[in-house]
Amino acid sequence: MLTRILSVGLLAGLLAGLLIAAVQHVTTTPLILVAETYEKPAEASATPPHSHQGADAHEHGEGWKPADGMPRFFFTAITTVATAVGVAFVLMAAMVFAGVPIDERRALAWSIAGFVACGLAPAAGLAPELPGSAAGDLVGRQLWWVGTAIATAIGLWAFLRADHHPLVRLGAIVLLLAPHVIGAPHPHELESKVPAEVAAQFTALSLVVQALLWALVGIGIGLLWPKFAPKSAG
Amino acid sequence: MANTTASVIRTTERSDALRAAGVALLLGLGLIFLTGFAYPEVIHNAAHDTRHSLSFPCH
Repeated sequence: MLTRILSVGLLAGLLAGLLIAAVQHVTTTPLILVAETYEKPAEASATPPHSHQGADAHEHGEGWKPADGMPRFFFTAITTVATAVGVAFVLMAAMVFAGVPIDERRALAWSIAGFVACGLAPAAGLAPELPGSAAGDLVGRQLWWVGTAIATAIGLWAFLRADHHPLVRLGAIVLLLAPHVIGAPHPHELESKVPAEVAAQFTALSLVVQALLWALVGIGIGLLWPKFAPKSAG
Repeated sequence: MANTTASVIRTTERSDALRAAGVALLLGLGLIFLTGFAYPEVIHNAAHDTRHSLSFPCH
């Protein structure tokens, strides 16, 4: 069983990740590069030239990073594939835990629910942002993101299962709404150096890219799962 | 008797599947943590565009 999950996850994640890396290269990455041209002057002026502490911090921020062009595309592709493989593992694990048979239709339905939990619901509080956008404390936002994704995933599962008691479904609605009632940590000043049009375009594209990633992983799992069936069962 | 044997096999299969799912879940969450959340600068910089593109909080 483990071999089957790992094989299907690796293959579905690899295929989906490579396709999404190509999509990112022509959609989101060009906008990130545009945004960085607005970010750099801000960084330079934010570091006081006479402060040693500030200079050290700045040097620290200039550590290794992939050079623009092919190396940057290469590392983005690798991390996107790794994310897609991770998504595939989590998706199949969730379906097995829930006792749901894995087939094309169900894998796609679960992957769409995954996108709602990890893409749409967190975006309702923390819009996908470009470098240089104003943002609150990183750890706080990461915690809210993770909490929202988990609460939405459990909430969707509890609400959508037909055999669940109405009270459970009511609890599911509370769980779905709770992160948004609590609210995402936001910056004190809503200031961004990136033009609003570029930021808006990026937010929309990011959601489309995420939806595609989840859908492709779901389709991949649905198509590949039967191909890796144990011989005795066939 | 046949029913008991069948249900024992089914229970074993189910616990095997749950164990496999547990391992897959940990591996998957580990991968997503590395690409989406981990703080070391090298990982952050390598995954930078992916984090923004998939709307993980990045900066």
